[in-house]
Amino acid sequence: MLSWAINFTAAMICIALILNLWRMVQGPSIQDRILALDTMCINSIALIILYGINMGTGLYFEAALLIAMMGFVSTSALCKYLLRGDLIE
Amino acid sequence: METWLEGIVALILVFGGAFLLIGSIGLVRLPDIYTRLHGPTKATTLGIASLLLVSAVVSSVLQGTISVHELLITLFLLITAPVSANMIAKTAMHHDLPAWKRTQGQELIEPASRQAAPDDHQEERDTKLP
Repeated sequence: MLSWAINFTAAMICIALILNLWRMVQGPSIQDRILALDTMCINSIALIILYGINMGTGLYFEAALLIAMMGFVSTSALCKYLLRGDLIE
Repeated sequence: METWLEGIVALILVFGGAFLLIGSIGLVRLPDIYTRLHGPTKATTLGIASLLLVSAVVSSVLQGTISVHELLITLFLLITAPVSANMIAKTAMHHDLPAWKRTQGQELIEPASRQAAPDDHQEERDTKLP
């Protein structure tokens, strides 16, 4: 039952990633692209966690944590750049 | 793993995946940037939180000891998702992006986008006022 659920959830997350990619390519404004990139980060964390559950190891936890931190830092850096035109004042 | 635990875990897993998908559908379908912020910030955060809960339960059962370090990512995402959404919304208002025509209170967008950030001496000036 768990392996079926993992496959089903992985399919849903892949569809979600494709939708995010569509928004990132399509997005009328730069903020839409930033938001789509942030959501792609979260979805890829979900995919990595799912792979870790499937393999039964905790090795992928650090990768997921790193991607979470990098996603937040990149989002805030891009927003800061758009707000001020400068990253470090 | 016992059958009942596996059933509960599979249910929460599908629930979390469905919320991730719903958040991304909201990102595609909703009409403007201010409404589009709702999908990824709320639905996706709930989805990833349930996925990480499943991961914590599964690794606890497999190792035989309680492992809660997956909840660290949950905590981090729960803290950072509103912050990044706030920053994106501020950027959108700074760039004067048009809101959807059925958005209420649109007359407040213009003065709010011109509002200056509060500085360090704001409180002193407020207390000096009669």
